[in-house]
Amino acid sequence: MSMHSLILRTAGHFLLPLLLLFSVFLLLRGHDEPGGGFIGGLVAAAAIVLYLFSMDIRSARKVLRVDPRDLLGAGMVLAVVSALPAAFLGQAFFTAQWWEFTVPVFGEIKLSTVLIFDIGVYLVVIGSVLTIMLNLAEAED
Amino acid sequence: MLYAILSTFLVAAIAPAVHRVTGRASGWVLGILPAALFLYFLSFLPAVSSGESIVLSWPWLPGLDIHLSFLVDGLSLLFALLISGIGFFIVTYAGRYLEGHRDLGRFYVIILAFMGSMLGLVLADNLIAMFVFWELTSITSYLLIGYNHENADARKYALQGLIVTVGGGLALLAGIVMLAMAGGSYELSEILANGDVVREHSLYLPLLILILIGAFTKSAQVPFHFWLPRAMAAPTPVSAYLHSATMVKAGVYLLARLNPSLGGTEIWFTTLALFGALTMFTGVFLAFRSTGVKQVLAYSTVMALGTLTMLIGIGTETALMAAMAFLLAHSLYKGALFMVAGILDHEAGAKDFLQTGGLRTALPVTAAFAILAALSLGGVIPLFGFVAKELMLESVLEAPGLVGILTLLAVLTAILGVAVAAIVGIRPWFGSRVETPKTPHHEAPPAMLAGPVVLASLGLIFGLGPGLADEGLVNAAAASVQGAPVDAYLALWHGVNWPLAISAFSLIAGGLLYWRWEQARRALAWVDQAAEYGPEKGYFKMMDGLVWISEWQTRVLQNGYLRYYVIVIVAMTAGLVGVTAQLFDVSVSAVHFERLQIHEMAIIAILVASMLFAVLTRSRLGAVAALGSLGFTVALVYVLYSAADVGITQVLVETLTVILLVLVLFRLPGFLSLSSTALRLRDAGIALVAGGMITLLMLSTLDARLFDSISQYFIEESEPSGYGRNIVNVVLVDFRALDTLGEIFVLALAAIGVYAMIRFRAEDRR
Repeated sequence: MSMHSLILRTAGHFLLPLLLLFSVFLLLRGHDEPGGGFIGGLVAAAAIVLYLFSMDIRSARKVLRVDPRDLLGAGMVLAVVSALPAAFLGQAFFTAQWWEFTVPVFGEIKLSTVLIFDIGVYLVVIGSVLTIMLNLAEAED
Repeated sequence: MLYAILSTFLVAAIAPAVHRVTGRASGWVLGILPAALFLYFLSFLPAVSSGESIVLSWPWLPGLDIHLSFLVDGLSLLFALLISGIGFFIVTYAGRYLEGHRDLGRFYVIILAFMGSMLGLVLADNLIAMFVFWELTSITSYLLIGYNHENADARKYALQGLIVTVGGGLALLAGIVMLAMAGGSYELSEILANGDVVREHSLYLPLLILILIGAFTKSAQVPFHFWLPRAMAAPTPVSAYLHSATMVKAGVYLLARLNPSLGGTEIWFTTLALFGALTMFTGVFLAFRSTGVKQVLAYSTVMALGTLTMLIGIGTETALMAAMAFLLAHSLYKGALFMVAGILDHEAGAKDFLQTGGLRTALPVTAAFAILAALSLGGVIPLFGFVAKELMLESVLEAPGLVGILTLLAVLTAILGVAVAAIVGIRPWFGSRVETPKTPHHEAPPAMLAGPVVLASLGLIFGLGPGLADEGLVNAAAASVQGAPVDAYLALWHGVNWPLAISAFSLIAGGLLYWRWEQARRALAWVDQAAEYGPEKGYFKMMDGLVWISEWQTRVLQNGYLRYYVIVIVAMTAGLVGVTAQLFDVSVSAVHFERLQIHEMAIIAILVASMLFAVLTRSRLGAVAALGSLGFTVALVYVLYSAADVGITQVLVETLTVILLVLVLFRLPGFLSLSSTALRLRDAGIALVAGGMITLLMLSTLDARLFDSISQYFIEESEPSGYGRNIVNVVLVDFRALDTLGEIFVLALAAIGVYAMIRFRAEDRR
């Protein structure tokens, strides 16, 4: 699948961490600015796909470290787990829970079940796009 | 109570681990649970036998008015005691009977889960809870019947039992919902107090029919009787438990339970009495002409179930009393006899009465208690079966109608019943020694003997002292079936009367029939041919028909051509939109092209140009690129109307789609003109119509406003209650999180589907 282009390969090496960082950035800022788990997940998946094109399927799998199918499962679990605290507190299913606290240097931090849910979405999106892409690319060979 | 029932499922979950740790003793260890439950239920006895009924309730789905509530009265307690008591013997028995079997751990799981479901079914006060347990018994018994899943027959007949009982379960569900509508509550305790309202309700007839279908399929009444003997493919402990004492009695339980609110009408009496009597006779007749040990016992169970149904239908005080006494007597002797059948198989390898004879010296204890239980089956004085049979004959003679036909069938049944009892009680033990497939070297182990000994002895004890059973529980059970206290009592000796005369006559006639058993069976050989056209034939015809229909519709719908799938989906959508637009008189107001600004016109121009290029180009890569440009332009539209998130998503999805297409592009052949002009015109027509319809739909939604838009609420509430300024994201992950959960679930499923498709193709090629 490799395109054997030096420019692409070099760019891929540098772009991958940047894009992944950017996807996390999008995920975290999503609640206030454009972004969110869905978009972040697509960017992360696109980053890996770019890497796949610049290198080859084996290094793409290697750089991912886990099977994308595991990401699917983990994401679903996180999304469902985020709904549970409300149930234990006797509130309606999926009622968001917020915890705010101040950490030195970083300032005020807002954590919530919503964030957990969004991370779940992020992982499912990465998982499903890459499950399809990587397997298609493998079927090529 | 809740914990009592939950405990069975919990113990079921850890049963394989317990089995692994305790090994040979696992039957005894796991038997502690039913024994403890038995003692627990016994603690309710004083209150219940003094006429109390206890309702215990836990909220389950309070929003739907569904509670996990339990009703402990005479009827449910009698059943609960039988289920847990016999359950104890079955579990210990199975520990030895299936010793060394590879799947014994799995067996414990299912049988304990089954026991829990059965307890839940008889104790539930809420109709929905009862139905859930009802279906659970069907499913667990399917697993039990098909326990030897490597045997094709076991699988086939497990499925048959499942389909018959679950099919009936569907009818029952509809019946239950109607019953709740008529009775005004889902709680049995309230419905039962409202009998008159239910009987006069306009839904009475349909709900009665549906509930009867449910009960008749479960309790193997004619014409659904065929599945029960077939279910003997199960291991013997399962047969002993499911098909004598518990599962098949569920239907009878339901009839008895609902008697106060449904019973007492003409149709109730006629249907139950007739079907019951017919089933009773069919059962005993088929039992008489079978030779397989378990077949004979199974058919005689059908007889007992018919008797119970008939008695509940007759519904007089004596009849209800008889029903409860018969229920108890039958559970005791049938449990014992099935376990004896297992011993015959286990020790002597005999599965057929013709293979047995003269075994009393080899298996003296088994023989003694088998004979005791058989005497109860035959209704011989002084066993409890006799007490029950006398009452049964008495209530048939005093029935409020149909006395002639019921009496005839009852007398015939009594005669054949004695003959069947003789087959079971005499044939294997007396006469000359027949060479059995295995020579029994020793008596069965204690774990396997405990059940027959205790159950058969109880039959004798209750027979000699009917007051014990009567005051203990049978009276209270009959009272809860009647819905009012019962004056009748059980007695061994009713004096010289008609029932006694019939009993004596049937003993003699039955004995003669047994003496001539071989000839009688040969004379009845024609039944085999007749059975070819019986209801089971209908069942198999129905199954074949189902397979045929599904093959046909698969051929039509799943034809494997992508183009037809797309045509069907697109044409269907367009058709539905068109019809709906016609029906609801949808109008589209004028579109104001003159307000378009110059950059908007440019975007439209790009959109149209890319679309035309995609349709007309001869290059596949060109078409993909044109579709990509279409997508990016749409993203631009989103951004223009300040939907940044949607725009970003569109760009990313578009990018990935193009990559995806490029990945598969190499594998596709070049564009060739394979379809004729006519076909292409047809496709173009469908595309144009569908596109036009969707455009119409979009334009009409601009005008139609059925409800106030919710977007204002989202805009206002996003920051105060969602703590986020990005409204789209707050909606996605907070306000409508459940929708998103559903969507990512679909996404994950789609990915797995694609994965499977690619993988299977790859493996096919290898």
